[in-house]
Amino acid sequence: MKDYGVFDILGPIMIGPSSSHTAGAARLGKVARTIAGGEIKSVVCLLHGSFAKTYKGHGTDRALVAGLLGMEPSDTRLRDALQIAEDRNINVQFEGTDLGDVHPNTVKFLIDGKNGHCEVVGSSIGGGNIQISEVNGQSVNFTGAYPTLIISHRDVPGVVSKVTALLYEMKINIAFMNVFRTQKGKNATMVFQCDNNIQDDLIYEIKNIDAIENVVSINSIAEG
Amino acid sequence: MNIKSGKELLNICSEQNISLSEFAIKEEMERSEISREEVIQKMKTVLDVMKESTNEGREKKIYSVSGLIGGDAYKLNKYIKNGKTLTGPVMNKAMARALSCSEVNASMGRIVACPTAGSCGILPAVIITAGEALGLDDEGMIMGLFASSAVGMIIADNATVAGAEGGCQAECGAAAAMGSAAVVEMMGGTPEMSLNAAAIVIKNILGLVCDPVAGLVEIPCAKRNFAGAVSALTTADVVMAGISSKIPFDDMVEAMYRVGKQLPASLRETAEGGTATTETGLKLKKEVYGE
Repeated sequence: MKDYGVFDILGPIMIGPSSSHTAGAARLGKVARTIAGGEIKSVVCLLHGSFAKTYKGHGTDRALVAGLLGMEPSDTRLRDALQIAEDRNINVQFEGTDLGDVHPNTVKFLIDGKNGHCEVVGSSIGGGNIQISEVNGQSVNFTGAYPTLIISHRDVPGVVSKVTALLYEMKINIAFMNVFRTQKGKNATMVFQCDNNIQDDLIYEIKNIDAIENVVSINSIAEG
Repeated sequence: MNIKSGKELLNICSEQNISLSEFAIKEEMERSEISREEVIQKMKTVLDVMKESTNEGREKKIYSVSGLIGGDAYKLNKYIKNGKTLTGPVMNKAMARALSCSEVNASMGRIVACPTAGSCGILPAVIITAGEALGLDDEGMIMGLFASSAVGMIIADNATVAGAEGGCQAECGAAAAMGSAAVVEMMGGTPEMSLNAAAIVIKNILGLVCDPVAGLVEIPCAKRNFAGAVSALTTADVVMAGISSKIPFDDMVEAMYRVGKQLPASLRETAEGGTATTETGLKLKKEVYGE
């Protein structure tokens, strides 16, 4: 059972028409943009289930692109997002697909940006809430409701403790943490969902740890 | 939340001698670790967005992206100005405001999901119209919104406010119950009377299915929003007259959830039954998406 607050019931403030097909889609786009490292040159959105069937009527396409452009779900420019992307020479494509046994409102982003190619899979799970399930082929699991660190590293002993020691030094409290890997000794990912905002100098220090390959920091998706 | 039921809510309000709105403010201060002023300021922002979305569609004709709905809030507003309504300007303004929010939502304008985008017209219509009729200022309406959230949190915690899970009774039903409870507080009623109003509203909307044409938040959603607003306002009068609900609020929330689970999937936002699969509903779907 979820524990609701006042502004979960009276909120979010959002562009219509659907919290899951519009607000959640914009949040997915925004998180994908952050993971891709900001500026985006082109993107293919592979839409699954209800996203694929009803995206036009719900403005899911505009919302996804609005998020990819860095807009919040309450941004009134959201409805013009496709035009804005075109004006900025960002190539946007939508394709229906079957992503298998996933939530009905799921999208896979194939992004080419200034940091190269990046792939993100996420679902809009209701009420504007989202869940990211895959980053660059690596399984992950986070909601964006908390400040989140996604750290790619080599699967060697001691990396996790070095990172958590740094978080402790900076007085960052970890709400949830997960570690995922594809193969022993190869690529791994740790995801921290924290109670406190993460400062740039902490990211810099984590990047300096041996065996760390990449660090992505995502601010909480809640506005205000 | 520190409480789990309407019964506990009434106990805490009576022990501490506080209103529903005061309870909600205290809850949010504790939950978000922010000051009373900040909590109230956040609600002021919510009220401001609600005011805009209740006005926009009355002042000019707004159409949904699909083109299926629009222009109705404007029509009703014009009708009120002719001065010949049967149910009076208060009821008609509430209906026009609810329609306006639904039209703004369907046109990809800005709204407050309260509790959901599909039911976003009911609470603003009810709070602003009642506030205006009762001569309350912004602060009075903000207190109304807090009172409504106390009821909404209990419904969401114990049942659901998602159409896909509980049908329209869970979305528009929850919104109307929240609104009616709030208006009772705005009129000077006790927390117990507020929960009586919420219980009666749920009773009257019980079983309402979620059956959107073409799967869009348009038909019948917009009209269910005005109907929900009417139910909330009329029930507030019934309760202020001293009439109570024979079945208590907690029981009705439980019944609503149970009925929601008993509804077949075809009547829970899948667009596979009810209004969506009428002859005309299917025709409209083809017009939106092609063959």
